Amino acid sequence: MKIAILALQGAFAEHEQMFRNLGAETTLIRNLADWRNFMSSPSGGMRGGTIPGGESTAMMRIMRDEGLFEPIRRAILDGLPAFGTCAGLIMLDRNHLNVMDIKARRNAYGRQLGSFNTEGDFVGIGQVPMTFIRAPYIEEAGPEVEILARVDGKAVAARQKNMLVTAFHPELTDDTSVHELFLGMVTKCHVPV
Amino acid sequence: MEDRQTLNRQLAQMLKGGVIMDVTTPEQARIAEAAGACAVMALERIPADIRAAGGVSRMSDPKMIRGIQEAVTIPVMAKCRIGHFAEAQILEAIEIDYIDESEVLSPADDIYHIDKRKFRVPFVCGAKDLGEALRRINEGATMIRTKGEPGTGDIIQAVRHMRLMQSEIRRLVSLNDDELYEAAKQLRVPYDLVRYVHENGKLPVVNFAAGGVATPADAALMMQLGAEGVFVGSGIFKSGNPEKRAQAIVKAVTNYNNPTVLAELSEDLGEAMVGINESEIQLLMAERGL
Repeated sequence: MKIAILALQGAFAEHEQMFRNLGAETTLIRNLADWRNFMSSPSGGMRGGTIPGGESTAMMRIMRDEGLFEPIRRAILDGLPAFGTCAGLIMLDRNHLNVMDIKARRNAYGRQLGSFNTEGDFVGIGQVPMTFIRAPYIEEAGPEVEILARVDGKAVAARQKNMLVTAFHPELTDDTSVHELFLGMVTKCHVPV
Repeated sequence: MEDRQTLNRQLAQMLKGGVIMDVTTPEQARIAEAAGACAVMALERIPADIRAAGGVSRMSDPKMIRGIQEAVTIPVMAKCRIGHFAEAQILEAIEIDYIDESEVLSPADDIYHIDKRKFRVPFVCGAKDLGEALRRINEGATMIRTKGEPGTGDIIQAVRHMRLMQSEIRRLVSLNDDELYEAAKQLRVPYDLVRYVHENGKLPVVNFAAGGVATPADAALMMQLGAEGVFVGSGIFKSGNPEKRAQAIVKAVTNYNNPTVLAELSEDLGEAMVGINESEIQLLMAERGL
């Protein structure tokens, strides 16, 4: 199983560590050549991509300039399992990569003083620790989107077909359950991407 | 229950692999954000001008900082003087995302740094070596940067600080357990922090390069030396083509290990800022606050 982690800016190393601990092979994507290598390498159909936390404006800028925007968008629409945390959630929404039928509200909890930790119920997992850092939440979601977690009534985790997003950062905690859920999606997907 | 120290360290983790740019106006802040900056540092005068102007340099006008907070969606940082906890309280009151307790401004206290654990907002502090870094972390800093000589466009000091810190970290890793107590004594820091570095081979907080970064190659150099991201002060808005240089430095930090990409990024950037060699300057800001 191979997981590509977008490594343009942000906390990609934390995802890398998490996936490695779970036994997945990881590749950091810094440019188009890295992406092409990843997509053409043999994986037995078990491949997935992750967009980490960081600043979505910074990642979007580099992604567009590097010519990564269209190939990544196309791959996800073709079924590549994709996992986005925080900025990654924003990047999968209608206003960015436009692959997932959600609208993210950026900096929904305000500035750094609004960052917080909590625990919440996650559909199919149970209680998970949730770390929100200048986090977004999902303010609109289409009919195909399943909301997986809410905090104070706001949607903070969701799934749509091959896509999984969280507004919080499972990669910053010791709890591996959300990453395991994503690896489960990769295993079940079996799309020849 | 609420652990601000951890949350504040985690915000710094989100800034990794990014470039934090000094800006003096909302317009510059928007240029920085569009170029891919992961945060901006709001200040009235960039270090090169502070150096040229001389005199006492203080925290910026909160109204000016607010203007920048309104202009961008990325985190906004601002500087307060070393030891000036009242300036820090003011910056917290306007909900700044990170305070830089900075030697670039005139120090307010020549003995005590700010007790940063008393604040809910995070602090980044400069350090020339491991002892300084761990002392600042002990006081509550949740991010460290080198104290490269600001406003000079000369990278030599940032390189010196980063190399020294990394070699001191490697030395701590190689020590026997029973030698760590003496190391803590020599570094003038608590044993627990020494133990952390010994076991993990890195600081317990994110470590950026700052001071003298003027080109994509400078940024790549600092990343290869172990920086986790880069602050660029005067290097961008003191250059001929700020927009292009800002974008190039952002991409250089992402592709710091790829000379082919770096070669492309280094083309046609126009005039770099006019530098001053460290031997030509009167005031070594890195000597402030040890």
